[in-house]
Amino acid sequence: MAYFLQQLINGVTLGSIYGLIAIGYTMVYGIIGMINFAHGDIFMVGAFIALIAFLALTAIGVTAIPLALLLVLIIAIGLTAVWGWTVERVAYRPLRESFRLAPLITAIGMSIVLQNFIQIAQGARVKPLQPVVTGGYELFQQGSFTVIVSNIQILIVVTTVLVMTGFWLLISRTALGRSQRACEQDRLMAALSGVDVDRTISLTFVLGAGLAAVAGLLYLLYYGVIDFFIGFVVGIKAFTAAVFGGIGSIPGAMLGGLIIGLIETFWSAYFSIEYKDVAAFSMLAIVLIFFPTGLLGRPEVEKV
Amino acid sequence: MSETGAKPWDHAPILLVEHLTMRFGGLTAVDDASFSVGGNDITALIGPNGAGKTTVFNCITGFYKPTEGMLTLNGSDGTPFYLERLTDHEINAHARVARTFQNIRLFPGMTVLENLMVAQHNVLSRASGFSFGAILGLGQFARAEHDALDFAKSWLDRIGLLSRADDAAGGLPYGDQRRLEIARAMCTRPRLLCLDEPAAGLNARESEALSALLKSIRDEDDTAIFLIEHDMGVVMRISDHVIVLDYGKKIADGTPDEVRSDPHVIAAYLGVSDEDAAALEGGP
Repeated sequence: MAYFLQQLINGVTLGSIYGLIAIGYTMVYGIIGMINFAHGDIFMVGAFIALIAFLALTAIGVTAIPLALLLVLIIAIGLTAVWGWTVERVAYRPLRESFRLAPLITAIGMSIVLQNFIQIAQGARVKPLQPVVTGGYELFQQGSFTVIVSNIQILIVVTTVLVMTGFWLLISRTALGRSQRACEQDRLMAALSGVDVDRTISLTFVLGAGLAAVAGLLYLLYYGVIDFFIGFVVGIKAFTAAVFGGIGSIPGAMLGGLIIGLIETFWSAYFSIEYKDVAAFSMLAIVLIFFPTGLLGRPEVEKV
Repeated sequence: MSETGAKPWDHAPILLVEHLTMRFGGLTAVDDASFSVGGNDITALIGPNGAGKTTVFNCITGFYKPTEGMLTLNGSDGTPFYLERLTDHEINAHARVARTFQNIRLFPGMTVLENLMVAQHNVLSRASGFSFGAILGLGQFARAEHDALDFAKSWLDRIGLLSRADDAAGGLPYGDQRRLEIARAMCTRPRLLCLDEPAAGLNARESEALSALLKSIRDEDDTAIFLIEHDMGVVMRISDHVIVLDYGKKIADGTPDEVRSDPHVIAAYLGVSDEDAAALEGGP
């Protein structure tokens, strides 16, 4: 029981990070119907920006941890959003009216470009960060096993809940959110209703990149090491989460992220850690057999 | 062609179409059409199937770039907008032209009210500092949002859908969806409203209500209406000005009475089907 609870805590933490990234995949798919394969690498860039920001802040003497965290969060979101915007502007917008596969291929190209750029600019070795948020609470003890919830885990879950709530309000309550949903349903009609579709799509990428930056910072704090390749595996997992929850559905992405995080953690805890990815992907296959549009996805309606 | 001097719509035109030509490869869909749309009129564009009516609309609203010709929209302060140079979004946001389609294109997954709120996006996003202010709940945004909501509700009241404000737009009956489309177009605060077959598929009672709605828009909202319509009853009842196209060419241009008795028009319609000609002749 204690062991189960501990794994639940670990799984929710991991799932939060996947969920934040998955939203970026699902939003872009919803609005322009493409899989942004470079999104995982935007997450990786976000983690690197967070790392550099930490080191820079320490160098100039900002050592109060809450202040440093807040500054790093703002810097990472801001700069990563610029990366997200640029990727869309450079690689996707010129191909907006092209055939469907073209932006998919430039997305893969963009992913390789980002990985190689970081590899050359930052080196290929793993980059460590001293633990920033330490300590935790012992919940209870059962035999020799102690259930611990660490401060970093609390921080990750709380940040994720706050960011997702804010994001959800933005999508459901504001003019931007409405125009985004309108573009999802009928881009042409949205343009004719006065919505600037190009700007809305740009903002979608900016928002997705912002969420990925939050995930990047949390990943960096949780694991303490990053390298130029983390975007690939984590990105694929988050993409899986988006498909799992129903691609195009934002609550689906959150739910999918959580479930993928839990499956991975429980599989590693009870069976074998080597096969955790196999478990996650097999579960995806099984879900897609019974729910072809994912857990919360709507069936694709062909527009005529 | 019976053009005797300047007509009322030539004095204060909102839209001036000059030598509009649209070719698709070897096909000339619109051939050197010139006409004006009056600023306080309901103008109807009629003609047999394939005459190029929708192509004219598509040129006006920026879907097609005309092969030749000029489309000038006179702005509210007298600034001309050259529509052939603007994108579809700019035509709505700056020149303030709205349109509907032959087939219904609402945002089916959004609520009735949200459909009308999306159309006020421009008004709102200017007030909200492009939505970032909205998260902070700035007073200015709250006011703008409140005004937009009032405006949307007044339109729902006008089309009789206030009680269904929170239902999904896709679930409304056909006739209601048609009226909601017009209300959505009107929520963009247009100066010219282009309607592509608004009465298609409506029963007699519904098209009567539609006629009343269009007249009230002309009289109360300071919006000119330009419509394509096959229902000659509706056309003859509400139009101030009728333009007839056949094979892409303008064959008649005048008041409903002038057009009805024009031999070119009768020939064009008789050449297509007896039924249309009978409808044309039999209009009230």
